[in-house]
Amino acid sequence: MVLSLSKDNIQVLREQDVVLLRNRVKEVAVKIKMGLVNQTKLITAASELLRNMLRYGNGGTCLVEVVSRGRDNGVRLTFVDQGPGIPDIQQAMRDGFSTGRSLGLGLPGAKRLVNEFDIKSKVGEGTTVMILKWANG
Amino acid sequence: MDKIPILRMGNFLLVTIQVDLYDRLALNLEADLVQMVNKTSAKGVLIDISAVSIVDSFMGRIIGNIASMSKILDAETVVVGMQPAVAITLIELGLPLKGVHTALDVEKGMALLKGMIGPDFEDTEEETQEDGPIAE
Repeated sequence: MVLSLSKDNIQVLREQDVVLLRNRVKEVAVKIKMGLVNQTKLITAASELLRNMLRYGNGGTCLVEVVSRGRDNGVRLTFVDQGPGIPDIQQAMRDGFSTGRSLGLGLPGAKRLVNEFDIKSKVGEGTTVMILKWANG
Repeated sequence: MDKIPILRMGNFLLVTIQVDLYDRLALNLEADLVQMVNKTSAKGVLIDISAVSIVDSFMGRIIGNIASMSKILDAETVVVGMQPAVAITLIELGLPLKGVHTALDVEKGMALLKGMIGPDFEDTEEETQEDGPIAE
């Protein structure tokens, strides 16, 4: 059972907001005593997903939560956009696949960097991506 | 708009990234740096990322681009000072930064650059130093 201890919703509409959000995630991660390597992985994953949200989803919101499960604490980030959605998630999760002339590492890379990853998308309605990193994960 | 300064040091260009990078800033750096390589006919570019705590796929790609673009303009690129956590993250992300020379710190990076641009440039410097005492 994963409990949410604190919630903070942040709007991301411009590129500069990415820096703000990265700092916010860092703050929260430091507060639960997450190690530097895990912090870096989490923030890098967040950075990838924020870019997707800005580039393909015209921006959106990010919910920053401190969660706990038993004695473990972690940070859960939920990215919600009202963009065009992803028609084929399996394809989007493949390394090297991109519709935007990038490296195609964003989604699969982000998944590798965190402990839990969930993506839901509906064409025409938007995309929601959840990532979770445990402090000691 | 933020701007990352590019310093000229003899035949080299020196870039120290002290702020958190976002996409537009990284793209501007790429354009500025390549233009500077052309304008100053620099032989080497040294990028210090010791203050950068996050390098994601986009910034990694920009670093790779800078190296390839400089190479075409006859300049070598060395990236120095990467934090261990950033290195771990880059590899797990799936971005091994192939084709980019790296060194642990600025000093080692400078030595690497001097070694890479060949003996021509270094010889002329040494010769003038050696010539001094002989002429006396």
